[in-house]
Amino acid sequence: MRDFIIRRLVYAVPTLIGISIITFAIARLSPGDPIRLFTFGIKDFTQEDYLRLLHAYGLDKPMPLQYVDWVTNIFRGSFGESLIYHRDAFVMLMERLPNTLQLALVALLIQLIIGVPLGVLAALKRGSWVDGAIRIFGVAGHAVPAFWLGLILIILFAVNLRWLPSIGMLTVGHDQWDIADRIKHMILPAFVLALTGIANYSRILRTETLDVLAQDFVRTAHSKGLRERTVVYVHALRNALIPVVTALGGILAALVGGALVIEQVFSWPGVGQFTFQAAIAKDYPIVQAGVMFTSTLLVLSYLLRDLTYAIVDPRIKVG
Amino acid sequence: MATTTATVGVLAPPSLARPSRSLWSNAWWKLRRDKLTIGAFIILLILGALSLAAPLFSDYVFHYRFEQQDLLHTYEKPTFENPAYLLGSDEIGRSQVVRLLYGGRISLTVGFVAALVNLTVGVSLGLSAGYFRGPLDDAITWVITTLNGIPQLYLLLIIAALWQPGPLTLIVIIGLLNWTGISLFVRGQTFALREREFVTAARTIGAKDRRIMFRHILPNVLPLIFVLAAIDIGAIILLESALSFLGLGILPPTPTWGNLLTNAVSYFVRAWWLVVSPGVLIFLTVLCLYLIGDGLRDALDPRLKTH
Repeated sequence: MRDFIIRRLVYAVPTLIGISIITFAIARLSPGDPIRLFTFGIKDFTQEDYLRLLHAYGLDKPMPLQYVDWVTNIFRGSFGESLIYHRDAFVMLMERLPNTLQLALVALLIQLIIGVPLGVLAALKRGSWVDGAIRIFGVAGHAVPAFWLGLILIILFAVNLRWLPSIGMLTVGHDQWDIADRIKHMILPAFVLALTGIANYSRILRTETLDVLAQDFVRTAHSKGLRERTVVYVHALRNALIPVVTALGGILAALVGGALVIEQVFSWPGVGQFTFQAAIAKDYPIVQAGVMFTSTLLVLSYLLRDLTYAIVDPRIKVG
Repeated sequence: MATTTATVGVLAPPSLARPSRSLWSNAWWKLRRDKLTIGAFIILLILGALSLAAPLFSDYVFHYRFEQQDLLHTYEKPTFENPAYLLGSDEIGRSQVVRLLYGGRISLTVGFVAALVNLTVGVSLGLSAGYFRGPLDDAITWVITTLNGIPQLYLLLIIAALWQPGPLTLIVIIGLLNWTGISLFVRGQTFALREREFVTAARTIGAKDRRIMFRHILPNVLPLIFVLAAIDIGAIILLESALSFLGLGILPPTPTWGNLLTNAVSYFVRAWWLVVSPGVLIFLTVLCLYLIGDGLRDALDPRLKTH
């Protein structure tokens, strides 16, 4: 097991190197000179000042050297200062992280709580209209543009019915520990973010449950005279749940990536929204920190998935 | 389907032609009974035809150009009285239905063309990686894991934010970023197929690598590539709409289903119908594509689980 973990960690290194190259390149190759951009309009700004700034930021060195400098700094925990806020980019990003994690975790919970039972139900009622409805939902949930669903829900629940707030995490001026207020703000974005996952889990669980129910040990359990409920929930479901773990990597990816749009629609002050706003403002240090951080998170979650998969399913060869 | 089979049969020398007829005709037989897939296909064709004929509709049915404004008829509710306002009008009196038709052209074109780029890149890289293995495979796999390691939307949004693409660049960007899933699938299939007896047999009679790859391995992967293609087009249409919605895809005045929504958001309190219609069209199109993908998968490969 230890070898397995170490090997997987080593495999992640070239991936992270590749990601860092892309992240670095995106900022450096994009049109527009950052120094010209942020000194624009300063009256007595001479060519000499320009060269001095270029040198100060190390932008006069050859690209590969700049890349090495950049990576070395990352290992020291620094992505540089935000060009707009003049604060450490990574620190600013980390201040937004809890908000994104909150949203993603609640969405993950919603996915499991709704998606898994839906899939099992569809499998148990195979061929009925319930099964048909859940299957169509399983496809439709992937096909809805999440940002649009968010807008429709805002129009419906926030503007017309006035049941829920439309944007942000808290009511401005409220006590920030008002849990009820937080939950109200959380409901719409978390549900929209969860939708794809609900659809995903319902599909996966349906096929898996059907697969497992057709296996010999289920027939054995039946023939032993066990109650239907015991067979389904104790014998079958435990095996059908294995792919819930395998799907986790992809679902985390969808949560992290999808959160960006949802955060933007609901003005949720998270990592995605922050990175996106920075990209529009061409605030490269924040963009780089955002991409590097979420990508690392993603690579780690793939790693975690493989690991848990090996633990949950002893049939997977470790080593 | 049947015509495709026929042409393949004609192209291959009779002595080496593989009896592919049974797979396709079997798939066709199953598909004909799959009402959901056929329905989805018909709806998609209608949507495509409507978008394609957008200029005809705007000239002869609605008598309203897509950029035409009418400040006396802003925020018209959907009505049957004036065909141009069938789905309402926006804040400067443009006809929503005409703009939706034109928007469909861009959204569908981006989806189909970018998917074609994805398929080309994904299939050729996947096939080479799986067939040649070794360092080439390592290199291609490295690129794939790297691209998969970055949340796709982050990458796309940031590239789009920094370069501000038009329809063509958007197709290129999505086309060059979204192929990893297809490639991984083709690679895996090729890995398994190249060990099979018919490949060894082809090699013993002196077939070159290229012939084995394109004549023996690719036809075996091809059926499921159609499934991936249908799903890929759907995913790209969703991506394009999200990008355009965030103001980073295709910019107005060229309408797309995504950027029609950006505009509608600013006025949704006064005109909610402007928000509903583009979203419904995106949803319907993508749903049809996904249903077609599912139906094709069931029809083409009975062994495959319907995940």
